[in-house]
Amino acid sequence: MAPAATLAAPRAEAPVLAPRKAQAPYPIVIVGHVDHGKSTLIGRLLHDTDSLPEGRLAELQKVSSQRGLELEWSFLLDALQIERDQGITLDTTRIWFKTAKRPYVIIDAPGHREFLRNMVTGASGADAAVLVTDAERGVSEQTRRHAYLLSLLGVTKVIIAVNKMDLMGHAEAAWQAVKDEVSAYLAKLGMQPLYVIPLSARHGDNIATRSQQMGWYQGPTLLEALDLLTPPAGRADATFRMPIQDVYRRGDRRMAVGRIETGRIRLGDKVEIAPTGQPATVASIDTGRGDGEQFARAGQSAAISFIEDAALARGQIIAPAGHMPHLALALRVRAFWLDSEPLVVGSRLTLRLTTAEHAVVVEKFERIVDVENLNDADSQELGQGGIAEIVLRSAAPIAFDPHTDLPITGRAGLARGTRIVGGAVVLGAAENAGSVKGPVTAVDSSVDRVAFEARNGHRGGVLWLSGLSGAGKSTVAMGAQRRLFDDGWRVLVLDGDNLRKGLNKDLGFSPAERLENVRRVAEVAKLMAENGSVVLVSLISPTAELRELARSIVGDGFHEVWVKADVNTCAQRDPKGLYAAARDGKIAQFTGVSAPFEAPASPDLVLDTAEFDIPTTTELLIAHIRRNLALDQADGHAVGI
Amino acid sequence: MSSLDQQHLDHLDQLEAQSIFILREARVRLKRLGLLWSLGKDSNVLIWLCRKAFLGELPFPVAHLDTGLEFPESYEFRDRYSQEWGLNLIKDECPPIEMTDPTLPPGTRIAARKSLGLAAALEKYQFDGLITGIRRDEQATRAKERIFSPRGLDGSWQAANQPPEFWDQFTIERAPGTHMRVHPLLAWTELDVWRYIQREEIPLVPLYFAKDGKRFRSLGEIGITFPVDSHASTIEEIIEELENTRTPERAGRSMDHEAEDAFERLRTTGYL
Repeated sequence: MAPAATLAAPRAEAPVLAPRKAQAPYPIVIVGHVDHGKSTLIGRLLHDTDSLPEGRLAELQKVSSQRGLELEWSFLLDALQIERDQGITLDTTRIWFKTAKRPYVIIDAPGHREFLRNMVTGASGADAAVLVTDAERGVSEQTRRHAYLLSLLGVTKVIIAVNKMDLMGHAEAAWQAVKDEVSAYLAKLGMQPLYVIPLSARHGDNIATRSQQMGWYQGPTLLEALDLLTPPAGRADATFRMPIQDVYRRGDRRMAVGRIETGRIRLGDKVEIAPTGQPATVASIDTGRGDGEQFARAGQSAAISFIEDAALARGQIIAPAGHMPHLALALRVRAFWLDSEPLVVGSRLTLRLTTAEHAVVVEKFERIVDVENLNDADSQELGQGGIAEIVLRSAAPIAFDPHTDLPITGRAGLARGTRIVGGAVVLGAAENAGSVKGPVTAVDSSVDRVAFEARNGHRGGVLWLSGLSGAGKSTVAMGAQRRLFDDGWRVLVLDGDNLRKGLNKDLGFSPAERLENVRRVAEVAKLMAENGSVVLVSLISPTAELRELARSIVGDGFHEVWVKADVNTCAQRDPKGLYAAARDGKIAQFTGVSAPFEAPASPDLVLDTAEFDIPTTTELLIAHIRRNLALDQADGHAVGI
Repeated sequence: MSSLDQQHLDHLDQLEAQSIFILREARVRLKRLGLLWSLGKDSNVLIWLCRKAFLGELPFPVAHLDTGLEFPESYEFRDRYSQEWGLNLIKDECPPIEMTDPTLPPGTRIAARKSLGLAAALEKYQFDGLITGIRRDEQATRAKERIFSPRGLDGSWQAANQPPEFWDQFTIERAPGTHMRVHPLLAWTELDVWRYIQREEIPLVPLYFAKDGKRFRSLGEIGITFPVDSHASTIEEIIEELENTRTPERAGRSMDHEAEDAFERLRTTGYL
């Protein structure tokens, strides 16, 4: 790429200055009840630190006097006409200033309850908060609500500004009263104010300069307190999490793109992709810094590809091998509600947890919080601005971290359709809710087994065809399927080779992976059989252990069929050239050659394809199926021959 | 680049990563995206970030709302870099000034042509998402913007009724026939933009650099954009100058100052 110098000013002639590093501004949100003086405090802070742009004070004086007001500091931030005309802050805004120590960005947040969504919008971007409290009126409704929301938003560094001390004669007792009240409330939320500062925004006392009126106060001024705040700890040392935003292709390589929320990652790292837990190995990392990137860390947006052909999709979370997020079908969350239409049990929501979206139902309210006193509220619904602990249930497993472990993958937006109406931090899996590894509460099919059978004229069932490669499992299964299908049966074939191209393509042939292969196939076959189909499974399943696993999963309706042919016959047939490859050592662990096949001890049916030809064994299978799964003529249902 | 394994990301790294995150969200959430290219420094940074976000490509059109009143240097820049960057460039002419609201002050009316040009482009290309380079520190009403900002049917900004936006959960809901504005640079400051241009060596229209004691700090149309006094003729000198100035960035933009609400009126009716 041509350097800017070709069109811009010549760089070579410029003196070489060591570029001063841009410093990230420290984000502070100013919150509190309406009219407790937030905007005045911000105006004063900017004025006293000489941070106002040229002409801004004059402009403020002009628009204030046009409205018949004295200098109105709030106009600095309330830039919208409607805000100025009505004298209220509607929406959050930002303004920059700096001290000798560092730059800041001040986030102003509205104090009206009806604009709580804007307060949340502003406060969510802050690392610390100044909670402004009127010395005369003390802690008010939005003081408490804002404090509670700060705790949910994870903004736990809180400075209390006890404003309007001039109205209280600058008396220490007035400050002490507010301090006690606020501290007691915050303590119940597990927070402690860093500083409680008596000040007068209007007169500039204890903002940038120490008050002459309050010699009894020994603590820092507001400006000093801001400079004493410590920056947030880096997130790179936490457990690695990268939620996938999208999947890009470059050539034939697929890349998961997303932002690394916590931890770090290197080339060659073994990862698991939640919620499925498929394993993968990092093959490349691209954060836009050029070729040969070796690692990336929290905060970076990255594109990552894997050695394996992993199935990637938006909403998955990449995690280190062995450190997957939790999985659950129901979550306990602490939620804040911003919508005018209340939340009730049975409400359907979209849980937006990083980039994943889950359809959830409000299963129950564990408690609705009375923000006034933090007791349980006596209510059956969660109104606008309310806070509650609720249980949300999903039909599919949700990957999450408890927010106390990893805040970013432990919180979620709540949406109605596509409209964001609240937020929640995840407390954990709901008890008895079926953490996915524990007992799962099954969702009943809306059509029952009898209804399926009545329509189909046959029962569902699983015919598990095991045997050596080349024994004829698939051929027999396909032949039987065609005949039964033509007779009106619902009949499906699950073929091991085909499944390994899709559902099970992440699995190899180690004993553990063969077990998982069988488990998945058995689970799928069971679901289909429960929905009335006859399922013909064609899978080598070489050991008694594997076949027992399948039998235990499917339960009733499982038929073990041994497609029998000796290894020499199969090797002679060798339709896929696999025996030749295995003998050449090109395939490890090949059943019958380098891995054992345990003959079934007591199969329900034996199809000897070395002894009989394919049409004959196919007829034997069809006859077995009809005999066992067709409904009796006496039931009045046509079997169809 | 030095080893990032142990170092903290610096401020520019963080801004870049966040903007890339926003751009990728826009692409996955909005079907027909476009990017508004003013030819100015901010939208150049935006194009630069897009090329990083989309692994070297810019997978949607870039629209320059042409009033015919840009400086010659700007047109030269546009023609050169739309080629060099492989942009799918839309350069339709904006409707004439007679079509604008006659109650607006004169400079504001020229700017209002862009609003009309934008409305025409929206109609013609059926964008459901428009990426623009506005920043919160430019102007007090822009400071109130969301990153994903839904527009009304007429392209208007519902300033008093914006959706919540937190934890990087962006609003994707919008009424049929309306579009979403996406603002990846909202958190950047003017100095951040210049430091990033310096670091990445992003090309610019030369008018930003001082000549004969004047330079453009904010680049717009001839007749409503004016240079400021400056001797900053290199990026380094501009950064030095900005670190010490108290003059607002848009001081040279006449439409901002013609009336108290001029800019808000422009914005609520669809201007950037």
